[in-house]
Amino acid sequence: MTFGHDPLHELSLTQNIVDLAIEYAAREKAVKVLSITLEIGALSGVVAEAVEFAFDVCSKGTLAEGANLEIRHVSGRGRCLDCQTETEIETLTHLCPHCGSLALETVQGQEMKFTEMEID
Amino acid sequence: MCTECGCSSTDHSHHHEHESRTIRVEEDLLAKNNRLAAGNRQLFTSSHLLVLNLVSSPGSGKTSLLERTLADLKRRFNFSVLEGDQQTTNDADRIAATGVPVKQLNTGAGCHLDAHMVGHGVESFDLAETDILMIENVGNLVCPAAFDLGEDHKVTVLSVTEGEDKPLKYPQMFQACDLMLINKIDLLPYLNFDLEQCKAFARQINPRIEIMELSCQTGAGMQQWYDWLMAGVARKNPGRRGAGRE
Ligand SMILES: Nc1nc2c(ncn2[C@@H]2O[C@H](COP(=O)(O)OP(=O)(O)OP(=O)(O)O)[C@@H](O)[C@H]2O)c(=O)[nH]1
Ligand SMILES: [Mg+2]
Ligand SMILES: [Zn+2]
Repeated sequence: MTFGHDPLHELSLTQNIVDLAIEYAAREKAVKVLSITLEIGALSGVVAEAVEFAFDVCSKGTLAEGANLEIRHVSGRGRCLDCQTETEIETLTHLCPHCGSLALETVQGQEMKFTEMEID
Repeated sequence: MCTECGCSSTDHSHHHEHESRTIRVEEDLLAKNNRLAAGNRQLFTSSHLLVLNLVSSPGSGKTSLLERTLADLKRRFNFSVLEGDQQTTNDADRIAATGVPVKQLNTGAGCHLDAHMVGHGVESFDLAETDILMIENVGNLVCPAAFDLGEDHKVTVLSVTEGEDKPLKYPQMFQACDLMLINKIDLLPYLNFDLEQCKAFARQINPRIEIMELSCQTGAGMQQWYDWLMAGVARKNPGRRGAGRE
């Protein structure tokens, strides 16, 4: 099992997405949410497919039902605490390719962000 | 008012000239929880409270750790405890037996505590008179990692029966924690648990993590944890007389 494969986890995050979409849509007096764009980092622990699945469930009967979900992948980056080199990493269990150190600090890839949406 | 769009018309057959447009949102998905957590943190800080969020797999020994800690330190510090579980009040009953104020939070289908539950959960406590608020999260190494409750530190309890590779399997949790307590070391003679390897894995995920080994059953190693708590109280409440001293 990979981290994040607890569907309950994505379910509660996705409920937040739908709540935010409805809140913004109401504020903008929209009648329909056409699309939602998310940024999900490689190191966030969130599984995009699980969000897509949960979205259909959570958006049912709301302004966001049927909206197109666009999920942008943000790659992970780590900085070595020993030699300061920055490298691209796709997991948290990575060695510094420069000096072999285990001490990598995450600098990018933990985001779970609702960036924009298209409304009608 | 038209509930569909929030406009002030009472005529629901009216038409709007809506146009498709893109709006920027730029909100973190955890923004709502983070806002509530910031509110909790402000309240806790103004009450000079040390707040810990205890996280682990089911059965690692969170409640046992609390029972022993409360028994040993409740004369020195005032504790309050929030117990998070999907169902039952078993853990709150165990804490209540120590005489410390406790409230059970049942999450039902939810797999973690969130800042909203904690904000309401502490309403019945006298925070001004509390030194340490312990929050035992739902036994789950995945979801609680993402949900800030307003705590000072997440503390993970890993028992030696779970295998040394847990930090690699659940990296988000070990990255989010400031302290890892390796529990049930009384069982080490009966297991093939590689303690050094476990610590190396945890440090690989989180170079800054502090690690202590203890047994809630025998009491071995507990003093180091108590010293850590006392230092925490002294940091949060420098004026408190006697904190950090016997
Ligand atoms: N041998 C041994 N057993 C322990 C130790 N600490 C806890 N246990 C046992 O482990 C079991 C689970 O302990 P709990 O304290 O209920 O664990 P928990 O993390 O609170 O469990 P949940 O709240 O259900 O997630 C109990 O049977 C404890 O007696 C220890 O140091 N050594
Ligand atoms: Mg428990
Ligand atoms: Zn390096």
